[in-house]
Amino acid sequence: MTAPRNDLVRRPGEPADLVIRGARLLDPRSDLDAVRDLVVRGGQIAEFAEAGKAPKVPEAEVVEAEGLLALPAFVDPHVHLRTPGDEHEEDLETGTRAAAAGGYGAIVAMANTKPAVDSAAVLGSLRERAERDASIPVGFVANVTRGMAGEELTEMAELRDAGAVGFSDDGLPIASARVLRRALQYQLLAGGVIALHEEDPELSGQGVMHEGEVSAVLGLAGIPAVSESTAIARDCSLALYEGARVHVQHLSARASVEEITRAKQAGVQVTCEATPHHLTLTDEEVRSLDARFKMNPPLRTEDDRQALIDGLRDGTIDCVATDHAPHSLEEKEVPFEQAAMGVTGLETAFAALHTDLVIPGTIGLELLAERMTSGGEPFGIAPPTIAAGAAANVTLIDPELEWVVGEEGYESRSENSCFAGRTLTGRVLMTVAGGQVAFRQRSFAMGVAG
Amino acid sequence: MKHLLGIQGLRRGEVERILDRAESFAEVGKRDIKKVPTLRGRTIVNLFYESSTRTLSSFELAAKRLSADVVSVKSAGSSVDKGESLKDTVSTLSAYDPAAIVIRSPHAGAADLVSRWTDASVINAGDGKHEHPTQALLDVYTLRRQIGELDGKRIWIVGDVLHSRVARSCLLAFKLMGAKVTLAGPPTLIPRGVEALGCEIAHDLDGLGDADVVYALRMQRERMSESFVPSLREYAVRYQIDSRRLGPRQLLMHPGPINRGVELAPEVIDSPQSLIATQVESGLVVRMAIIYELLAGTDRERPDRGPAPAEPPTIGQPA
Repeated sequence: MTAPRNDLVRRPGEPADLVIRGARLLDPRSDLDAVRDLVVRGGQIAEFAEAGKAPKVPEAEVVEAEGLLALPAFVDPHVHLRTPGDEHEEDLETGTRAAAAGGYGAIVAMANTKPAVDSAAVLGSLRERAERDASIPVGFVANVTRGMAGEELTEMAELRDAGAVGFSDDGLPIASARVLRRALQYQLLAGGVIALHEEDPELSGQGVMHEGEVSAVLGLAGIPAVSESTAIARDCSLALYEGARVHVQHLSARASVEEITRAKQAGVQVTCEATPHHLTLTDEEVRSLDARFKMNPPLRTEDDRQALIDGLRDGTIDCVATDHAPHSLEEKEVPFEQAAMGVTGLETAFAALHTDLVIPGTIGLELLAERMTSGGEPFGIAPPTIAAGAAANVTLIDPELEWVVGEEGYESRSENSCFAGRTLTGRVLMTVAGGQVAFRQRSFAMGVAG
Repeated sequence: MKHLLGIQGLRRGEVERILDRAESFAEVGKRDIKKVPTLRGRTIVNLFYESSTRTLSSFELAAKRLSADVVSVKSAGSSVDKGESLKDTVSTLSAYDPAAIVIRSPHAGAADLVSRWTDASVINAGDGKHEHPTQALLDVYTLRRQIGELDGKRIWIVGDVLHSRVARSCLLAFKLMGAKVTLAGPPTLIPRGVEALGCEIAHDLDGLGDADVVYALRMQRERMSESFVPSLREYAVRYQIDSRRLGPRQLLMHPGPINRGVELAPEVIDSPQSLIATQVESGLVVRMAIIYELLAGTDRERPDRGPAPAEPPTIGQPA
């Protein structure tokens, strides 16, 4: 076994000294679910104490957290930070701030930038910028193929040495089975999971939404569910044959969940993710022809949504990923067919899933916490835990606070949220990421111990 | 009614009011002076992002018959060609304070978007493959004049439903007026899930004899290269409406332009059952009626001019 790598980068900062008083501490990995005081010293979780009995820690900030919920900070395996190339939509500073505002303590950034992250030079410069601009730890994936053209492999071994946490051409599928097979073989040398955007471009064609009743009514070209599920079936077969490890991104359809179930039973080393929007919305939203509901893969039917929820519950789906995809206003203020695909998601992920799945009792809070913190594992990022001695990765949430999405603007540079205007219940008030306080709601008062 | 964005969402009563008004405009059309002064001094903008002969000319003439000032902007050669966004074009044109904007766009939902960016009434003259409500209304008008109310009538829409905004709007309109609709065509050209709109689906014309009305759709030649049909020849063999398939009591409609010898055999186009020329004629009066309804209709709220005057006291009626 080689030593665990840490390829995450972030801006250096002050290690946190905190006394978080009276929060409900919930960690799905350590069976912790109790109201306690939590002491963070020098960026590490130092000790727990009976509620109200925490020792006075000189210089520590005291956070009055009665009635609040403290979870391990979330990990998002799928974020578009748009840097380099589209900094007007997002950059490392705004993107990580948005992530911290959503309770994230670490994120994995995709590589479909301009230029794409297909060389150690681009990766290196990105990591340098992250050391200056990122308020939470960021892992960068590199491309599988040069220029994301799907033809020639990148120098995966060198990219891995340069700090790539994995590989992905996300945004585009790897259409050629031959090219993907070579990449899977090469993984034996380079290491690093290959994260796959699963779609058959031939079947998706010019599609702009889910193919079904709604697309028939609207006269919009559809993207059939089989475009995704047949690609998953192909790639899982290849991964099994080559003994390679793959991570399937943004599952959207029942048929896809079924393919993953079969693959896992057959022993394929596969993990997968689903997004908050696919878990809470359906193609009915598209009836409005509002481009805020345009993304790829598209919102599908209620039956697909139910299959995703079941998959999340039974572990077929390993983690929640936002696929946070910022777009400028002018790319969305156009007719639906012309609009760019993608929605933001970092700032609303927990609140949307808490409101639509946890409060109605569809899934438990503990399960949601588990699935929102395990997203780094395929990329070698250990899940955060609330335990003495661990680095402080804690998100503090008011589970009852209602807020209107977008009413106070966004931390992200872009506004293309599919939850804009919705009243959600549960809001992140503070995030400690990798031992540093990365985010604090403006309205969240605090005091310093004397 | 402020806008006409689609048949979806219209009530039967609203459709009937428009059709009744079109009847009265048809009377005006028989006079020597075909113009009415209703919209004198008001401006109507036709914003066409797709080429169109019959729809654009029909809208222009309809506006002129109502004495409106008309400006038609076509995409070729305009600022639209220079990459201006729809939103910017609409705000530019809105500076003329138009009473109505008539828009045709290759993209679904364009009319709806325009209605959010302007104070003018917006008329959808075709948005992508989504809706073409004025066509559907003129078709209902044409049929109503021919055979009366559509309740219980059986209408077959035959051909390339997948790529047809006319099919969608007509299906909705015919159903709204009480007809039973069947969509017929090759499985590749019938959109998956369309039966959710409450229609029958047929992949052959064996049952066509039951239809009171046969509505043929345009079959575009490029569909072959996209593998929707193997050849126009095979399409014609299976789906062409010819004198063998069209019974003497059945009516024939087509939104135009026709591909002679593809979806329709020449002999049925000019047959007495064909309403194709009448459809074009109806287009003018129905579009006049639509414009009138939106800009001068009695039930229209006019926030710009204060509340509508109170109803005059009725005379000679018991209180």
